[in-house]
Amino acid sequence: MPKVTLDADGVYYRELNELVREAVRNGADEIEIFNILGQRYIAGGLAQEVKFLLHGIPGQDMGAFMRGPYVRVRGNAQDGVGNTMDSGAIVIEGMAGDVLGYGMRGGKVYVLGDVGYRVGIHMKAYKERLPVVVIGGKAGDFLGEYMAGGIVVLLGMNTSKPEAPITGRSLGTGMHGGVIYIRGSVPDYQLGPGLHAKPLSEADAEQLRGIVTDYAAELDQDVEEILAEPFVKVEPFSHRPYGNMYVAV
Amino acid sequence: MESETHGPAHRLRARRQNHEVSTVMKAPEKYYDFQKDISGCGVFGVIHKKRGLIPGDMPINAMATMHDRGNGLGGGFAAYGIYPDFADYYAFHIMGDNREALDSAETVLKEFMVIHQSQAIPTRKTSSVKNPPLVWRYFVTPKVERDRPKNMELSETDYTVDVVMYINNNVPGAFVFSSGKNMGAFKGVGFPEDIAEFFRLDEYEAYIWTGHNRFPTNSPGWWGGAHPFTLLDWSIVHNGEISSYGINRRYLCQHDYLCTLLTDTEVVAYELDLLIRRHGLSKEMTSKVFAPPFWDEIERMEEPEREAYTALRATYGPAMLNGPFAILVADSKSLWGLNDRVKLRPLVVAEKDDMVFMSSEESAIREVSPELDRVYMPKAGEPVIVEVEE
Repeated sequence: MPKVTLDADGVYYRELNELVREAVRNGADEIEIFNILGQRYIAGGLAQEVKFLLHGIPGQDMGAFMRGPYVRVRGNAQDGVGNTMDSGAIVIEGMAGDVLGYGMRGGKVYVLGDVGYRVGIHMKAYKERLPVVVIGGKAGDFLGEYMAGGIVVLLGMNTSKPEAPITGRSLGTGMHGGVIYIRGSVPDYQLGPGLHAKPLSEADAEQLRGIVTDYAAELDQDVEEILAEPFVKVEPFSHRPYGNMYVAV
Repeated sequence: MESETHGPAHRLRARRQNHEVSTVMKAPEKYYDFQKDISGCGVFGVIHKKRGLIPGDMPINAMATMHDRGNGLGGGFAAYGIYPDFADYYAFHIMGDNREALDSAETVLKEFMVIHQSQAIPTRKTSSVKNPPLVWRYFVTPKVERDRPKNMELSETDYTVDVVMYINNNVPGAFVFSSGKNMGAFKGVGFPEDIAEFFRLDEYEAYIWTGHNRFPTNSPGWWGGAHPFTLLDWSIVHNGEISSYGINRRYLCQHDYLCTLLTDTEVVAYELDLLIRRHGLSKEMTSKVFAPPFWDEIERMEEPEREAYTALRATYGPAMLNGPFAILVADSKSLWGLNDRVKLRPLVVAEKDDMVFMSSEESAIREVSPELDRVYMPKAGEPVIVEVEE
């Protein structure tokens, strides 16, 4: 049973997820779901390397806690994509909502268009686990807030709001690990306290090229066009930037 | 009606029956098997810019798609353009715990207003709507000058607001839950699709609709506390929490608006009336009172903007709404969406021909309009105001 096709029209989210799990138990390695409208938790918690192709608008917390699946969304996603995901990949051929990649610990999330607020907050990395979020459009406030590890790449290219700045305020507030790469520039007042946008080192540029190449292949974009603009990076200003915050002086 | 057999509201009802395992909130022995729906409120609104009439099925189906954002402790809708034959009269929707409460409210209403027409609001017996109050509607005009028992000097609208406040504060067990012209609010305890069935909203058509699915957090789930909250033509539905309720309520009290409905969102309805109708602020300025720019943003502004925003914050500090919110406000001419200034709740806006949709989730919009011309998420604190074309 290599491929399973499901019609989500009028199917309650719990039933839909039961059908998905049943298919996975029966050995499906590819699941295509049509007519999704807001059903929550699709591909959530799965630990198999199954491939999903989703048509419609998947609901909240798509791919939450997942460890392994590859999920491609032919459309927009809502809030909470990849919440605390462990590994695997999510590719969204449209926009996504708030808190994408919250607490993400590994794997990758690629979005063609804009994302909402609080994307990539609390991301973390450990040894070979290095979560990566690439945003093709623009982001709202608090991108990478409290980031402890991993990589966020913000391109600002495929956007529904050409007049808006590439990111909102409080970018990277409280971050103490990881790095945020931004195509073009970002004024310092958009950044969290004490943070600065800096030029990329050669090693950074090499890492960025690797990520962008993979992103471009997944979403049919032009690597050289993306890299034609210079990037800046934002990273924590010390290993323990807030170590003295609650210490009596 | 088509909605009797098709549409998500019907499908959902059928689906849910398979899943109503237990309504008792007690964790089973194997706690990890405990199936709990994690929720926030859900809001949906639609406006037809040319006042084209939209059948009730549209907001009902959209709200049903976001069923799991609520928990059955509150649902409601506001509809504009539903009473064209009585467009010059204020439509008072009153709920009463019992006949006696409703009679008392009617006695007060007779004393202050001229009742041109009154009738029970048409309802259906709905198994999931338990112990509904009596709901009645009155088409009224304010008594004028010497016919009034008091407040002879007040304008028609101020006088009408005063009557709403008077009934809600002085008549035990009865509440005015809608008081605008050619519009009405319908709300109660239940999921929105159940409340819609109870109030037969599939039989109405309106050029603006808003809907709400409630997940009460820190106030009781009761009929008066469901959304929308209204005053005159204003209606508001809200996902979030008004943490500044205490200061807002005291501020409103100084201006003769008294909160009686035990839900934080009530303050927004009255602030709309105070700031826009009475103080003459624009909707854009009012948005900046509700969700003001941060002081560091004001610092970076050029004059005279900087001075204007400073004055607005200084003057209307007690009217600022603190805490998370995505609100949809409507009056007879517009639909208006606004997020708190750090956007702690979701809001999606979409356009299709002459219609503009605002919703907690895009899926709800796609349910009723699969093809859209434009979809976007507005910036925190930036209002989206859509006016009907005159």
